[in-house]
Amino acid sequence: METDQHTPDAGTDLPIATTVASAAVAAAVLLPLLWLVRTGLTVGFDEAISLLTRPATVAVFVNSAALVAAVTLASICLGVPLAYLTVRTDLPFSRLFTVAASLPLVIPSYIGAFAFVSAFGPNGAFQRLLAPLGVESLPQIYGFPGAALVLTLYTYPYVYITARASLKSFDTTLVDAARTLRQSRWKTFRRVELPQIRPAVAAGALLVALYTLSDFGTPAIMRFDAFTRVIYVEFNTFGTETATLLSLQLVAVTFLILGLESLIRGEERGGGGGRSRDTVRLGRWRYPAVAFCVAVTTLALVVPLGILLTWFARGASDVGRSLAFRPEYVLNSVGVSAAAAVAATVAALPVAYLAARHRTRLTDLFERATYVGYAVPGVVLGLALVFFGTQYATAVYQTLYLLVFAYVIRFLPQAVGSMRASFLRVDPALPEAARTLGSSPSTAFRRVTLPLVAPGLLGGAALVFLTTMKELPATLLLRPSGFKTLVVHIWSAYESGYFGHAAVPALILLGVSALSMLVIISQEGYNVK
Amino acid sequence: MSNNASLSDSAIDGSDGIDATDAEDGVLELDGLYKRYGDESVIEGLSLSVREGEILTLLGPSGCGKTTTLRLIAGLERPNGGSIRLRGEEVAGAGVHVAPEERGVGVVFQEFALFPHLSAAENVAFGLDDWSADEREARVEELLDLVGLAEQADSHPDELSGGQQQRVALARSLAPEPEILLLDEPFSNLDVDLRVQMREEVRRILKATGVTAVSVTHDQEEALSISDRVAVMSDGQLEQVGDPETVFQHPESRFVAGFLGYASFLAGFVHGDTVETELGSVSRDQIHGLAPEYDRTRIDVLVRPDDLRATPEPRLDADADPNGTVVGRRYLGPTILYEVELDDGTSLQCMHNHDAGIPMDARVRVALAAAHDLSWFPADQRPGDGDGGDGAARGLNGNVVGHPDALDDA
Repeated sequence: METDQHTPDAGTDLPIATTVASAAVAAAVLLPLLWLVRTGLTVGFDEAISLLTRPATVAVFVNSAALVAAVTLASICLGVPLAYLTVRTDLPFSRLFTVAASLPLVIPSYIGAFAFVSAFGPNGAFQRLLAPLGVESLPQIYGFPGAALVLTLYTYPYVYITARASLKSFDTTLVDAARTLRQSRWKTFRRVELPQIRPAVAAGALLVALYTLSDFGTPAIMRFDAFTRVIYVEFNTFGTETATLLSLQLVAVTFLILGLESLIRGEERGGGGGRSRDTVRLGRWRYPAVAFCVAVTTLALVVPLGILLTWFARGASDVGRSLAFRPEYVLNSVGVSAAAAVAATVAALPVAYLAARHRTRLTDLFERATYVGYAVPGVVLGLALVFFGTQYATAVYQTLYLLVFAYVIRFLPQAVGSMRASFLRVDPALPEAARTLGSSPSTAFRRVTLPLVAPGLLGGAALVFLTTMKELPATLLLRPSGFKTLVVHIWSAYESGYFGHAAVPALILLGVSALSMLVIISQEGYNVK
Repeated sequence: MSNNASLSDSAIDGSDGIDATDAEDGVLELDGLYKRYGDESVIEGLSLSVREGEILTLLGPSGCGKTTTLRLIAGLERPNGGSIRLRGEEVAGAGVHVAPEERGVGVVFQEFALFPHLSAAENVAFGLDDWSADEREARVEELLDLVGLAEQADSHPDELSGGQQQRVALARSLAPEPEILLLDEPFSNLDVDLRVQMREEVRRILKATGVTAVSVTHDQEEALSISDRVAVMSDGQLEQVGDPETVFQHPESRFVAGFLGYASFLAGFVHGDTVETELGSVSRDQIHGLAPEYDRTRIDVLVRPDDLRATPEPRLDADADPNGTVVGRRYLGPTILYEVELDDGTSLQCMHNHDAGIPMDARVRVALAAAHDLSWFPADQRPGDGDGGDGAARGLNGNVVGHPDALDDA
């Protein structure tokens, strides 16, 4: 198109109020991280070195690295074949498997871990089931194997979904071309399809790596000493310095992975276009293929659902009243989540608007700052805010304000991302047209831009609401004492060993997660066919 | 009006009769406008006067600054220098910037920018919120009638065809009775068939309302057909302003010559009553306004493809010799455009009927077959010849300048 169409008047007149507002948001979001660094700096240099090089600390790093590597690799090994089978082959029941294979995302990994411990742990459901057959003990579920298994089952969908999207947009006439050039199916996959989907698979794998690194619930329940669990344990046993240094180390590793991601993203090459009806015929391989799909989805979906429903059916009347489920937990969850959604939407509005409409280095910086929530694991954020609250902001410590603030930081990226996308979808000529028809800038925003971005605003707010409902580590660290939510209730059931009490809140959370997935699907037009 | 040595000056003053004194009664005055984006200068000292009730088109290639000019007039951008006056009142200038909503300027955007959440009638009513409900309703009805869309009042933009969307956009911008209407590439979003039809339609509507309009396009045919006057722009400056016939027949720069249709340049030497060229002598009377001081100098004569005829060797009279070779041939349907390289290396284009049937590489004799005056340029102003390049710097050897259909694949 014409080069003389500088449509958004980039940077020339940054709206002052909006800029100040988004600078304030960026500063507020960065505050806890800076506070953590400050706290870290109070630890003497020599002391820090000796703490970090202690065998126990090194072991934590090695554990986490091994877990990330194993889960990432295993997720690729599950996600890519599932994607290929559902998109490119004549797999029987492929629509069912298409949906089923992405459903594990709905189950928060800590609920999955909880269910797996209950199913496969010592004296678990399976062992009791198998006891009459003379099985004395199952392989150990606690520790590395359990953590790796559960995290893989609940994060492989990231790889599956990105690989699937890439395979679907893949120009299959390229496959036809390769086959006319005398390449076998397998060689075609390796030489043509694989290189095309590699960037997407890598992007998905990095999401898996980030999730694994930052996940708190699974290592905690599996009693595996990854960063997040050790930080939490150290903090609860007054090992503040160790917790701080480990947190900083964890954040550094996260940034490293994020850096890798942006490197890989740059390699993506446009494709797409022609589509032929080429489908790979599985033939006799149908049976193992179906068995594979059934195995993965059963393990990931049926096991936790079965366990939760068993608990639910058995009821939990046999234990102490203090652990009984109360409806007010739902109200508390809904209350803080709604507050977080509203606050995140308000905070995201100026940032997303500037990022979409007035791109400059400054506004880029603000937008990046709000993404700190992605880079800082919840347990680290919780810890930083505890330090901040106890040392500096005692007035808000142990109040809901600080808790909601933590949620906003964690999930602001979701709100900014979805809003920015909807601002970008509004043709910049529309508010300009309103201006030439006599509207002031604010009137133009209200009468034209706002009605058009409203669905995006709502979608972003809904996402924040739903993910806040499921948030575990920051909730545990920052909730006012006596304030219980669904998540807190599940956690106390786990800690006290009365798993049965977790059934109702866990089932409610599954419903909530399913809803949030629907929101994502409707926003991105994710196509199941 | 004549070709004189100081082309760039005459272009900016508007040498076809609009000069400083005339400009006083213009609806819109642009005076020495400058606009930069970072280090890139987009508009450089542009001055222009738009008269009451006329349709003026800014014509130029992509990136010449025409859309930026429009946005400066609308107040959507601020100039870095110069001033804009609307009905004598300064709306942009040193320390002055009247917001777009205060200017009373209507804009039809390139992609129409209809509000997708509002119906056609609501779009048209958008700028009328200060009017009383009755007046507003009447005005919306009147405009939808004018553009022939009374039936579609309640349709949303996505239910309207491209042509209907454009009519709504036009109605919406005319509704608040703007002092001046700006149209940004108004037809570029329409199918080719519709484009020609809508040109007539838009001109009819504009003339019916009597509004003063400035339109922007890179399509020379569109500019020549809808405008009362055309202003040709290049590299952020005005090359020439005038009525369509004058600008086409007597371009003041090689750039304008090349941008408006196919143009070839034929080298000549002024000698008494004739001009000697490779195609033979041309009477001096046929060269438009050739001043005495150009005696015994070299000039370039502008020849359009329809001014020339090529005759292939077998059909030549016995006493005539071929003087060139066909090096390019483009079949355009009703006509064929031949590119002929003369024996001295000059490249010319000849338009023939579609049944001319001259093969590639044929030896031909090219002759001048024009009954009208021909324009000319001093040879020392050839682009690349020292100081002569005046922004029209791209068309050596008579190759078409800036024309999308240039025979560059010959």
